Amino acid sequence: MDAILLQILNGLDKGSAYALIALGLTLIFGTLGVVNFAHGALFMLGAFCAVTLNKIFQFSYETIDPVRKDFLGNPLKVETPYVYDWFGADAGAAMIEWSVPLSILFAIPVMILIGLTMERGLIKYFYKRPHADQILVTFGLAIVLQEIIKYFYGANPIPTPAPQALTGSADIGAAIGFDAGSIIYPYWRLVYFLFATVIIGGVFAFLRYTTFGMVVRAGMADRETVGLLGINIDKRFTIMFAIAACVAGLAGVMYTPINSPNYHMGMDFLVLSFVVVVVGGMGSLGGAVAAGFLLGVLESFASMGEIVALLPGINQIIIYLVAIIILLTRPRGLMGRKGVMEE
Amino acid sequence: MLGLNSKDQTLFLVVIALTLLAPFVLNPFPEGSELAQFNAGYPDLMQRFVIFGIFAIGFNILFGLTGYLSFGHAAFLGVGSYAGVWMLKLLTMNVVPAIIVSVIFAGLFSAVVGYISLRRSGIYFSILTLAFAQMSFALAYSVLTPITNGETGLQLALDDPRILDVSRMDGSIPATNFFGIEMRDGFDLALGPWVFTFNFGYYLCAIVMLVAFYISLRIFRSPFGMMLRAVKTNQHRLRYTGKNPKPYTLAAFVISGMYAGLAGGLMVAMDPLAGAERMQWTASGEVVLMTILGGAGTLLGPVLGAGVIKYFENIFSKINDNVLYNWFSFLPESAQDVFVFMIHPFIGKGWHLTLGIMFMLVVIFLPGGVVEGGQRLGRLFRRRNSSDSTGGATTPNAHPAE
Repeated sequence: MDAILLQILNGLDKGSAYALIALGLTLIFGTLGVVNFAHGALFMLGAFCAVTLNKIFQFSYETIDPVRKDFLGNPLKVETPYVYDWFGADAGAAMIEWSVPLSILFAIPVMILIGLTMERGLIKYFYKRPHADQILVTFGLAIVLQEIIKYFYGANPIPTPAPQALTGSADIGAAIGFDAGSIIYPYWRLVYFLFATVIIGGVFAFLRYTTFGMVVRAGMADRETVGLLGINIDKRFTIMFAIAACVAGLAGVMYTPINSPNYHMGMDFLVLSFVVVVVGGMGSLGGAVAAGFLLGVLESFASMGEIVALLPGINQIIIYLVAIIILLTRPRGLMGRKGVMEE
Repeated sequence: MLGLNSKDQTLFLVVIALTLLAPFVLNPFPEGSELAQFNAGYPDLMQRFVIFGIFAIGFNILFGLTGYLSFGHAAFLGVGSYAGVWMLKLLTMNVVPAIIVSVIFAGLFSAVVGYISLRRSGIYFSILTLAFAQMSFALAYSVLTPITNGETGLQLALDDPRILDVSRMDGSIPATNFFGIEMRDGFDLALGPWVFTFNFGYYLCAIVMLVAFYISLRIFRSPFGMMLRAVKTNQHRLRYTGKNPKPYTLAAFVISGMYAGLAGGLMVAMDPLAGAERMQWTASGEVVLMTILGGAGTLLGPVLGAGVIKYFENIFSKINDNVLYNWFSFLPESAQDVFVFMIHPFIGKGWHLTLGIMFMLVVIFLPGGVVEGGQRLGRLFRRRNSSDSTGGATTPNAHPAE
């Protein structure tokens, strides 16, 4: 029982990442009808927002400490980050420490800006072109973004740790009545899961309870009629694109402590999240989220020692296997609407 | 000749000439000159040109004619190369059985994948092929290690049985050969400052490519090809006329899979090594890029696209800052720095950036690829000429897409 619970928990963080990326992809597909292969790159850009902020905070100047000497008797050089001077030593240290959560504030405007630029500068011209063209041009864009990041940050993963207070592990097993130590779970993964829930809930609430969201939903159902009512639907869809970019970016920001960001993390996640979208059903937001968590959890079950011993390699192919089976038996995906992209 | 009309015949003759004279065409700059690094006439690269050309020609039969965008074609290339290496290991170092077996295995595998994937179309088809390819990649990487040798890759070894070959006495692995002629055989021709390399392996690949090109030419012009185009244009209408598109698309899928297998077989015939990364989805993406860049649905496009990408990969990635400083050495020093700084991200290790930008530009502005670009240029010149002679009254004449 506790082993099963552990696997479910293990699957949640990856599932959260899948769900967040797939949610953004579906938002873009559902509103604009564009298949965005650059969405993984947006996830990666988000992660690098966190890296950038971390680096900015750590900008420092070198001074000579007049008091302390090293063991040879030379004066000791000390690196003092500029933030120490601006905000005081304690606040500065705290800022460096909490740079990943703080990056959320930094990433939101950046990602919105990137999203707006992308939509106005490129995607807008591809509404009327076939899906294959959209896939291809966004695939090209993904390569370009990836290479730009590689040029500025190098090819190696850049470790970006979570704040000290959140790096430990929680003994969930003891807390809910199993043996102590049976379920040890890192705090940050819990944070990531909670964060994903909040974002997903936020997006759903936004679409459900605001006038803006209502108009967007109406536009998803029938774009022309909404346009005829005198509503500038294009503008709203552009904003939706920016929101989707923002969701992907934030998913990337918070993912940095789990896996050090590198330039190809976007592509790695992209393929999987497309599979997630298709499994959930093209154009269904709920389906994308459900499938994201489902596949994340399934993947972690498949990597259990007993199952791998029984069916070697299953942990690496489970997602694709599920996708193939679902596509063949239920082409619409789990919760897809009828007629979306079915020819 | 060969059942081709005169236009295709000219095209085919041009391709034959270009392929067979490639060692001259690709080596325009004299040895030891500044520009010699742009020479692409060395065997390794020339072989890659034609092998990826074959891969792209095959992909184009599926994508260009039928409109099915497969994101998993590298899997067939990978299966072909594993099958090829196994033939080299078990049977003989002669490349002919290896190539034939590669084609057969890739064909069988693509029949299975195609039969399942073609139940869906559009993006679902793309995702299905992608899923199959990623599955084969993961399996080749881990579970099938006895067959594929995991992440090390499948190599020849001294203790391979090779039942048809007499094993060599000197304790080295014999080279791949074609009835006794070794693949790495060749000779250099020095003409003044130029050095042209003629390599047997390249010529074998080139001839195979010409055959492959000829077959695709015939497919494009056949009723079968028309059928595939009909599938691309409107499947529903085709179904209403009483035709079932499935056998045609499946045939196209298997043919393109066999082309991929042929490419894989040739690859191991030239360099007997097969690794799982050949099957990764980025490799499938590469052949898509090649086909689009050259012009999907055109005959020559995929070969050109493969050439451009491989040229970039091998030549542009070699240019570094020192070379750039050499080029701009005539400028004052500060200007040199500025130019080098500006160009630096696009060359050397950053050539992917150039490729990505180029690819985006092609998709945005030239959906027909390089071939359409050429046609537009040609039309521009023709119009100017005719307007000179007739005094401006011109009718834009329609050209078919090849």
